[in-house]
Amino acid sequence: MTMKMERKLIQGDFIPRADDELIVCRCEEITQGEIRKAVYDGMFTMNEVKRYLRAGMGLCQGQTCSGLVQKIIARELGLAPGEVEISTSRSPARPIQMKQMARDGVKK
Amino acid sequence: MQKKEVIIVGGGVIGCAIAYYLARLNVKALVIESEEIGHGGSSRNGGGVRQSARDPRELPLAMHAIRYIWPNLSDELGVDVEYCQEGNLRLAKTEEHIKILERVIAQGISLGLDLRLIDQKEVREICPYVSDEVIAASYCPTDGHGNPMVTTLAYYKRAREMGAEFITGEMVQSILIRKGKVGGIKTNLGTYESDQVILAAGYESRAIANTVGIDIPMQRTLVEALVTDQQPYMFPQMIGTAASDFYGHQTKHGSFVFGGMTGLEPYGSEVDNPITRSITAPSICRAILGYFPAIGQSNIVRTWSGWLDVCADHVPILSKVDELPGLTLACAFSGHGYGIAPAVGQSMAELVVNGSPSLSLDAFRYDRFQPKS
Ligand SMILES: Cc1cc2nc3c(=O)[nH]c(=O)nc-3n(C[C@H](O)[C@H](O)[C@H](O)COP(=O)(O)OP(=O)(O)OC[C@H]3O[C@@H](n4cnc5c(N)ncnc54)[C@H](O)[C@@H]3O)c2cc1C
Repeated sequence: MTMKMERKLIQGDFIPRADDELIVCRCEEITQGEIRKAVYDGMFTMNEVKRYLRAGMGLCQGQTCSGLVQKIIARELGLAPGEVEISTSRSPARPIQMKQMARDGVKK
Repeated sequence: MQKKEVIIVGGGVIGCAIAYYLARLNVKALVIESEEIGHGGSSRNGGGVRQSARDPRELPLAMHAIRYIWPNLSDELGVDVEYCQEGNLRLAKTEEHIKILERVIAQGISLGLDLRLIDQKEVREICPYVSDEVIAASYCPTDGHGNPMVTTLAYYKRAREMGAEFITGEMVQSILIRKGKVGGIKTNLGTYESDQVILAAGYESRAIANTVGIDIPMQRTLVEALVTDQQPYMFPQMIGTAASDFYGHQTKHGSFVFGGMTGLEPYGSEVDNPITRSITAPSICRAILGYFPAIGQSNIVRTWSGWLDVCADHVPILSKVDELPGLTLACAFSGHGYGIAPAVGQSMAELVVNGSPSLSLDAFRYDRFQPKS
């Protein structure tokens, strides 16, 4: 089970940072600023940020940006990166063309 | 601890929507979610916002949501929920399929729905990508789809901004009774006091209701879905088939989300985690290729599964419980709770606050189930 979290509003307005334009998720072109704003909006877990913004939802399925997204969420919430659970990985490990997947399990 | 006005168990689209509509009625709910927001079916579904082929009891909820809530929902919540109202095509390949569609169409029309049978030529005009095998379809122009993950989080975000409280990572175990009425809930970490508890925890609502002697005739079924990589824009309709072998749509992002049934779902093993089975995604892919050969070029990037909380009569339970004042049920959505979620959220908030929702919920009572003889 996941760690207990109270989803209290973060006090004050959202404060932009100079490096907010940095692209963190390269597949979906999601910036650090968008991730920081999503946390401000209440997205406190990697799955929530992913579902809200598509960070980690592209072709590489987060293999490139997961650690970075995890660190940004942790920093915004004042947690250690390890306290932010990594989002769920699922099959297939690499994209498979639909035509090819359709052949799986078909008896000759 | 301070007593809560209303406690909602479950932070899916239903729990979050109820919290939002309660906040609009100036009632600040506490939502308790055992995992994270949208962990259940709400982040795993096909995004269909459909009226066609809905049970006559459920259709008024779907029609109300589509007429009055979905079109403005993105503006209202301040987040793009990707609602797209470009119709639903349910495709037929055989005369048998057409018979299935005719039955559904007759029923829809009798209830005032714009739903009709269209021939191969018209199907092609609406969606040029269908294969030669498709000979007809039912067409409901006011159906559509949205992004369920974002919709759930958007309701959560707005409800939170309006004063609803949310706690995740805490599991509700039982309902507390004080002097014959609801007194609160007990979790794995403590207790919370409230006179009003709404169970919106999907299938798990049953075990929680059982702690006060109330049962809900529902079963859990594991169903699966998949998503492709980003594709050039092809078509905006929600797609289903008379054979019920697959359904899906192209998302705003460009990827296609498809779900489907192998027919073996009810006999899946009794696992606790929603796992995917190796037979399912290939089966969904084969079904899709029979209707949309052009999509065969796309790549599957992810597969997943989720539970359906299937009710004995396939419509939800949206009801107060007479035996225990303060207890309200919002579960057993039977695989179609996303499209109606805005109407459910609104009506349930009204039911709890003033006892008389603007849409009748009488058909969804918890005590409607009767033995055969
Ligand atoms: C593959 C798939 C495709 C679907 N396609 C469609 C579609 O196209 N259109 C449509 O309208 N519907 C569809 N559905 C159905 C739809 O997803 C559900 O009806 C809807 O999401 C129900 O929302 P909910 O909030 O009731 O349930 P859920 O989203 O399951 O939320 C219940 C929440 O309660 C939490 N919970 C459970 N136990 C406890 C506890 N003890 N304490 C605290 N919290 C708890 C869970 O973690 C979960 O987050 C589909 C479902 C699936 C699985």
